[in-house]
Amino acid sequence: MSRYISFRDFDWVLIGFVLVICGLGVLEIHSATMHTKFAGAHIRQLYWVAGGLVGMFLVSLINYQVLLERVHWMYIVAVASLMTVLIFGQKYLGARRWVKLPGGNHFQPSEWVKLILILAVAKYFADLQQRELSWSDFIKAGAIVGVPMLMVLAQPDLGTALTYLPIAVMGLFLGGVSWKQGLTVALLAGLGVGMVFFTPRVHILKPYQKQRLTSFLQPDADPQGSGYQLTQSLIAVGSGGLWGGKGSQTHGAFLPVPQTDFIFAAFSEEHGFVGALGVLLLYFIVLMRLTQNAQTAPDRAGTFLVMGVVAVLTFHILVNVGMVLGKMPVTGIPLPLMSYGGSSVLFMFLALGMVMNVRMRRFVN
Amino acid sequence: MFGRDEKLSPIRLTAVQYVILAIFLFLAYGLWRLQVSQSDMYATLAEQNRIRNVPILAPRGKIFDRNGRPIVDNYPSFTALLLRDSSRDLNADAGLIAEGLHMDPKEVRDKIRHFASMPQYRPIYLKEDITPDEEAFIEAHKNELPELDTIMAYRRLYPRKGFLAHLIGYVGEVSEDMLNQAQWEFNNPGDVVGKSGVELQYNQILMGKNGSRQVQVNSHGQEIGKPLDEKPAEAGRSLKLTIDIDLQIAAEEAIEGKNGAIVAMDPHTGEILAMVSRPAFDPNDFAVKVSRAQWAALVNDPDHPLLNKAIQAQLAPGSTFKILMATAGWQEGIAQTLNVHCNGGAEFYGRRFGCWVKSGHGDVDLTKAIYQSCDVFFYTLANKLGIGRIAKYAADFGLGQKTGIDLPQEVAGVMPSEEWKLRNFRQKWFAGETISVGIGQGAVAITPVQLMRAVAAISMDGRMVVPHVADPAGLPPGYVEVSHLTDVKSIPIDPNGWNLITDAMSRVLLPEGTAPSAHVPGIDIAGKTGSAQVVSLALRAKHANDEALNQNGWFVGFTPRRNPDIVVCVLFEGGEHGKLAARLATQVIRAYVDKQHQQPTKLAGADKKVEIGALWTSPNVENPAQEKLQGGRFVLSVPKKLPPLATAAPGMR
Repeated sequence: MSRYISFRDFDWVLIGFVLVICGLGVLEIHSATMHTKFAGAHIRQLYWVAGGLVGMFLVSLINYQVLLERVHWMYIVAVASLMTVLIFGQKYLGARRWVKLPGGNHFQPSEWVKLILILAVAKYFADLQQRELSWSDFIKAGAIVGVPMLMVLAQPDLGTALTYLPIAVMGLFLGGVSWKQGLTVALLAGLGVGMVFFTPRVHILKPYQKQRLTSFLQPDADPQGSGYQLTQSLIAVGSGGLWGGKGSQTHGAFLPVPQTDFIFAAFSEEHGFVGALGVLLLYFIVLMRLTQNAQTAPDRAGTFLVMGVVAVLTFHILVNVGMVLGKMPVTGIPLPLMSYGGSSVLFMFLALGMVMNVRMRRFVN
Repeated sequence: MFGRDEKLSPIRLTAVQYVILAIFLFLAYGLWRLQVSQSDMYATLAEQNRIRNVPILAPRGKIFDRNGRPIVDNYPSFTALLLRDSSRDLNADAGLIAEGLHMDPKEVRDKIRHFASMPQYRPIYLKEDITPDEEAFIEAHKNELPELDTIMAYRRLYPRKGFLAHLIGYVGEVSEDMLNQAQWEFNNPGDVVGKSGVELQYNQILMGKNGSRQVQVNSHGQEIGKPLDEKPAEAGRSLKLTIDIDLQIAAEEAIEGKNGAIVAMDPHTGEILAMVSRPAFDPNDFAVKVSRAQWAALVNDPDHPLLNKAIQAQLAPGSTFKILMATAGWQEGIAQTLNVHCNGGAEFYGRRFGCWVKSGHGDVDLTKAIYQSCDVFFYTLANKLGIGRIAKYAADFGLGQKTGIDLPQEVAGVMPSEEWKLRNFRQKWFAGETISVGIGQGAVAITPVQLMRAVAAISMDGRMVVPHVADPAGLPPGYVEVSHLTDVKSIPIDPNGWNLITDAMSRVLLPEGTAPSAHVPGIDIAGKTGSAQVVSLALRAKHANDEALNQNGWFVGFTPRRNPDIVVCVLFEGGEHGKLAARLATQVIRAYVDKQHQQPTKLAGADKKVEIGALWTSPNVENPAQEKLQGGRFVLSVPKKLPPLATAAPGMR
């Protein structure tokens, strides 16, 4: 069956929009890092995008069903690699997220685990045959995502851990979770979060994590501390106005890390409401195109897989742009496709490779 | 596998699409709020973020003496600061920085920690007024320590050892209390303003206007690009004082090691030529930052080093007051004919008042009463005049009133009268109190500058001037109201009276007077000594060894006797006797006369012997008709050059 695939069936429209977003990202990285020690990052970003495209084509060649068959092995490798990070990882800025590879490269496994989780969740729900989810299915699906999530949380990397959550939520929703179950879990989760924040003496979250999570509610309360980044981001976006400005926040180094987490703020400052809204529109088109691909998938697993990518991408956009606009906590989640960084870019293109894989096999049945 | 290919519920997929749409609408709304609704507010915030107004500090005006010699100057002072570029680990560099700036590494780390929570663009101020070798260290380590930088500001350079300190005053940062006062309403926090002395009085002239430079900075406080706008600073105007550095040096040397004040004035114009107060402080200590302990020590010092005693000490003038008594007595027609027999004291209103010469002065007239300073004569005169007439003349000559000198915080002193006592004590004046006033004791309390002005007026045919330290002709118009400084009041005095009084005063330094040891051959000095009790005699007897209770010595004198060029007043605290004060005064007068001799004349510069022809009459007292006209030639050797005059105040370049 898989022999009939053709690159003509590639979603070239989707790739086109994705590359436009990447291009805007590269231009903005160039502009934001021009006179800093990060100058030249846009060239490296171009290499990452090129590498991502190659990776995407490679992934699209392997039948996703083959991947699904072997997902339990991959899952075990993922958990093992997270364990390796916890034990042997390089401590950098107070967190163990990186493994040093021979040859001087660093590797952040938590990004790749996301891909495997999408596959694992897709496999789990595709194999379920009933329309209604039982509580035990619910808990099993939760555990698939929950175990690696807790391990990433222990690094500690709250941001990345949270990005695993939408994979589970999407899976459960499409997998047929009932309203009653949804509400119950939402309530329990709410209680849990409340406990984490307000129980004295139990420090599940580090104080800086709590502060970062709450400072977006009152950026002025501590304008020089954790609220500083947020305040500068709001000023950057706000001063962009309708048509954009000179970008003094970005170029004056007021805006922290304008090439990674706050790239949307830098872009909004330089290109204004019109430009920023344009970027949001591009992302929206990409997401709609992806859901369309999910609908035309040859099987349940394919749909779950594509929708898993949709979930992760949507969540990233919501949290990152929301953070830049002061509506979400500062969690250090990059904006996919635009933010500078190899792990993030490669993840997105490999995920898109799986989507292409599904799409190319849509007529196989 | 069955069911695997079963399609998912399309409703749920559509629901996901709507959720995504909702999320994007939410984000778009957030963008709209920031970039369209509140765009102006954030644009302003962004402007404030990057456009910084950097003040360009205007150097204060210099201060010169009457001959244009510098007294106060400015010097460029550098402050070391740390720029907090996140790429450097400041704590790792702290050791090297501390070594180069001669600081404790702990102190450097403390400062870094102290600034840790502040925004990055605010540099850490490490050390003010660094030395040239510390500056060289920073320059030499530009590459190793790129975060270390300096900024320059002009600081005041004052003369050394508190020379003229009280008159000049000092500057400091304007305080919050001051900013609430009308005088300082146009100043900004951080401005350096005059806090005392001339620096305060003529602050508006000296201060200048700060300029500013609008620069674009990044979040590390580094300037980027060219300044957007620049308004240059207007330097303060320089101020010319009436002080003569040479006389000031003489006065400072005379009083060195003693407590008190010396003030010298040109009685024609009121120009203050010299003014010293001791003990003094060093205003250079305040130019950077005065420590709390240093300040407390100055404020709590029992000798009041911060007080300018020339205008702020209110003390009993003692016998120097007798000049005013003599003038009042003459004008009222009493002193001319008053003859008193002094046997060491006299009884008034049932109480015995002693003369300072226990054995008595014998028969005393006005002239003898002045040069011998007979207390009994003036007790009698005071009794005949009554307090009303004494107070009137004292008021005419400005005693117990501010002189109007152009220095801040001048005090008025006290000249007692019946009204004064009624007003302040709600008591009737006792006639017995008048007797003590007659010799400048009792409630009389005046400042050295008041006494000098009154005596100057008496020596100048009643010409009352306003003492002043700034040259009114050199002041820019419209800045400070100074027209009153050149006001002259004329008090009618009988010429016979002041001639007799000043003639009597010229005998004070002769062998028959009270201060023969202060006599300077060749200089015609007229003056009056005084010594005034600080406490009652009874109390004094109990604490015989307490120096603080020693009598104050006074002297007020002028030269020449007629139409004087200079009048000097000395307050020698704890000096016991006026003759000691007189010796201090004559040092200043001698410096003045010596300087006059150095003024260019026909003979000056002729470094050889000069022949002069002359005609004169030889006096014949018995038979004036036989006076003979005589003639002759003299060979004068021009005196060797006197020591050179000062070119600047001590410590000035």
